[in-house]
Amino acid sequence: MSQLTAEQSAAIRAEFPELSETVNGHPLVYLDTAATSLRPRSAVDVESEFALRHTAAVYRGAHTLAAEATEAYDDARATIAGFVGARPNQLVFTSNATESLNLVALAVRLASAVGSPARFALRTGDEIVVTEAEHHANLIPWQEVARQTGAIIRVAPVSDGGELTVDAVASVLSDHTRIVAFPSVSNVLGITNPTRAIADQARAAGALVVVDACQSAAHGRLDVESFGADFVAFSAHKMYGPTGIGALWGTAEALTEMPVVLTGGSMITRVEYDSSDYLPAPAKFEPGTPRLTQAIGWAHTVSYLDAVGVDAIAAHEESLGAVMYAAVAEIPNVTVLGTDKGVHRVGLVSFAVEGVHPHDVGQYLDSRGVAARVGHHCAQPLHKRLGVDSSTRFSLGMYSTTDDVAIAVAALADVRHYFGES
Amino acid sequence: MQLDDLYQQIILDHNKKRAGYGLHEGGFPSHQYNPTCGDEITLTVRLSEDGETITAFEWEGSGCSISQASASLMTSEATGMSVAEFERFAEGFREAMRSRGTIALPEEEFGDLAALSGVSKFVARVKCAMLAWVAAEDSLLLTRESGN
Repeated sequence: MSQLTAEQSAAIRAEFPELSETVNGHPLVYLDTAATSLRPRSAVDVESEFALRHTAAVYRGAHTLAAEATEAYDDARATIAGFVGARPNQLVFTSNATESLNLVALAVRLASAVGSPARFALRTGDEIVVTEAEHHANLIPWQEVARQTGAIIRVAPVSDGGELTVDAVASVLSDHTRIVAFPSVSNVLGITNPTRAIADQARAAGALVVVDACQSAAHGRLDVESFGADFVAFSAHKMYGPTGIGALWGTAEALTEMPVVLTGGSMITRVEYDSSDYLPAPAKFEPGTPRLTQAIGWAHTVSYLDAVGVDAIAAHEESLGAVMYAAVAEIPNVTVLGTDKGVHRVGLVSFAVEGVHPHDVGQYLDSRGVAARVGHHCAQPLHKRLGVDSSTRFSLGMYSTTDDVAIAVAALADVRHYFGES
Repeated sequence: MQLDDLYQQIILDHNKKRAGYGLHEGGFPSHQYNPTCGDEITLTVRLSEDGETITAFEWEGSGCSISQASASLMTSEATGMSVAEFERFAEGFREAMRSRGTIALPEEEFGDLAALSGVSKFVARVKCAMLAWVAAEDSLLLTRESGN
């Protein structure tokens, strides 16, 4: 795969004003893209210009501005859908991936309360499969489903190296499995899971398959249909887009069958006092005034990513990620979480520094201008499984450079000395 | 902001040699957890027979150097105080921690705890410094509620 050229890299960095900032007297080295990526100026400019010149009510109003806003909103959905390999009417806008996952879980709770539709209705003794590598956002909504319905949570194990295999998921599937929820890429381990094979197996077992694809969207080309899932969730803010918007993709069948969760205007056709008819997806799941400005900003962000070349970005991050992983793993008394043997990795690495708590590691790195994520990265059970309370994470973006990695690794190598560990 | 403002030598020392570390049976332990970073502490305040004086702090936990040093320094500086004195002391500590660097802990009142003054300039770390104190206040409350 072709990589980014030096000229391209320089042009990319110029697009992200935060990279010119100085933090604690050092040029910013931003290694927290997996949490929230920085934003390109051109997309933000379009977004703010749109807000100033085209803000108007979408899907209502006969005036010109309203019509323009409606057109722009529809176009934005089509652009984003095209970018992730989806049909526009199968892409529901939400606030973020967490809300997307909750929307499905809430639909399951609502269906379970009335016993239909059958595919969404769970009963006592039914089973929900999650994995040890789960982000809280794809775990806690299912715990609530289980609490309400009497369903049981079953957890597919990862290996000591953090690998999730098809067999591991198979080991917890049963005749009672109704839902299988898992990440396409672990946000802590950076390991790409065999998503398609797991999804195929789970669907063959009759389960509804829900994939948290946040990290796929952050680090490469997201092709939602290729996963073979019923639902796929992702957020704009992990792919250089605005906060406050994300998406839930679903198969046409799943979205048709899924009960409405939030209700109100914009999602109806006929309304009487005692009942109403609903529009098909995506409108069915988007009541009220939509996230107009955010959708515009997100659409222009993916256009920018397309112009740069998503495959080149992914190749850049992957090769730089391998360099970073090796360099971090080589530092004495630093233990990386997740193997790099026999797996495909995205550009992130989490690690523990012996004798120094991640919060202190992060503070020291910040004093050297390096922005890293510290804590449990919304994956407490996974950290417990791997035998650590929490960790520090470096994650790369399209703008990351070999210099960034060198600076961060050099700073990391000095952490233990600063805290008096020898 | 200077990193050494945050990590004074006293803090690094107390992070390693933790006064009061080790829980014993009985009393009213309070468990506190900081979900942002996973720091946790279990702390018991021991009182004199008349319930007026703090005779010991006992605690165990894991967390960053700020949270551990704060527990250790609290133990060193506040053991022997009356309960009322400690409550005022904790309030003063909390006020300084939340001051965003505008209130320093006076050394004549807070002793070595003054080394934690820098924490208040690092908003994300205030919770770390407060963890043991919240546990101590809670342990006192549990003691009071028990009627002992």
